[in-house]
Amino acid sequence: MKKFTFVLNGRDVEALEGQSILEAADGAGVYIPRLCYHKDLLPGGHCRVCSVKVNGKVANACTMPAADWMVVDTDTEELNEYRRLIIELLFVEGNHFCPICEKSGDCELQALAYKFGMTAPLWPTLSKNPPVDASHPDVFIDRNRCVLCGRCVRASRERDGKSVFGLEGRGIRTRIALDSLDGLGMTALGRNDAAATICPTGSLVLKRVGFTTPYGARAYDKAPIGSEIEKKEE
Amino acid sequence: MAAKPRVATCSLTGCFGCHMSLLDIDERIIDLIGLVDFDKSPIDDIKSFTGPVDVGIIEGGVSNDENVEVLRSFREHCGVLVAVGECALTGGVPSMRNLVPLKECLEEAYLKGPTLVGGAIPNDPEIPLLLDRVYPCHEVVRIDYMLPGCPPSADVLWTALAALLKGEEPKLGYELIKYD
Repeated sequence: MKKFTFVLNGRDVEALEGQSILEAADGAGVYIPRLCYHKDLLPGGHCRVCSVKVNGKVANACTMPAADWMVVDTDTEELNEYRRLIIELLFVEGNHFCPICEKSGDCELQALAYKFGMTAPLWPTLSKNPPVDASHPDVFIDRNRCVLCGRCVRASRERDGKSVFGLEGRGIRTRIALDSLDGLGMTALGRNDAAATICPTGSLVLKRVGFTTPYGARAYDKAPIGSEIEKKEE
Repeated sequence: MAAKPRVATCSLTGCFGCHMSLLDIDERIIDLIGLVDFDKSPIDDIKSFTGPVDVGIIEGGVSNDENVEVLRSFREHCGVLVAVGECALTGGVPSMRNLVPLKECLEEAYLKGPTLVGGAIPNDPEIPLLLDRVYPCHEVVRIDYMLPGCPPSADVLWTALAALLKGEEPKLGYELIKYD
């Protein structure tokens, strides 16, 4: 594959043809915050947390291919303020009770809020109350904690070949739909499916494995999300 | 010698876990007692403000009219008001009732419970009236600083309090911002 260089945060970095800005940045040890992106899936471009400035214009780092004419900034005060706002709005759009959630400490939404120093969301909550679907023997879906990243949708389609999940509705009424009207238990979702464990929050969770990791040993207890990418550079 | 800064604390709709966490600062509590005087607080059991207070610490969210009254009086008396813990910051676990209408909550607890015989919803005038939902403190009064955690660890409380007593802004490092 053809190699080329582009400017990332003021220095020349190498990228391969076809790589997105986000992939090229990962390779160069520069972490761009992201939520709906997952390295094993096609990029969705849903959450906009990975927004960067490309020659002064805001663009999605996960869907925009890198190119040799680009001058990209990923870590400006303005961009981080956008990101913090997106995270804060996701917190008040759902019902995120961190103290009682089994995903707490391993949750990517929470980890991003930690990274941006959010003490508490200051917007009024939307107070939607979607019911929990626990009809599946091994997995439950709690849409109170869903951030509509679409990872389960993509994982089920691309990795599991099943298309158990989909997005339905528009705007504020968008929600994760199932391919059965009789609940998660009547879908083809299996415990070992990629879709069952790819959720960044506690919305789609395996049963009977919660709260096993002690406080202090969970993914984001000690180091911020993205540290593993930034470490690669050294 | 100048008078020591005065600190007041209260627990609104919380579990007193944040107060327990304050006691968890171990032997630093001896330093703390040397640094401040406590005004209205469950720690010394002073029931009402004796005068203006430098730092007010609020645990718990706002779920009834008594909570509103106490919170407003803290805002009135305290120079700096600090909301502490998830309940004060977001409503926390008590605010899970926000997902159910208040009438249904009360009926479930006092009328329809499987072990109830001849239940009645309490309406004694001595009992504070419940609000429609549980509110975070910052939706009721202006809050100057927020310390997250359930509860915030002793280190969070100590770091923040030490900074405030020096007249500085509390700055929490990565490991001190936690929501659980």
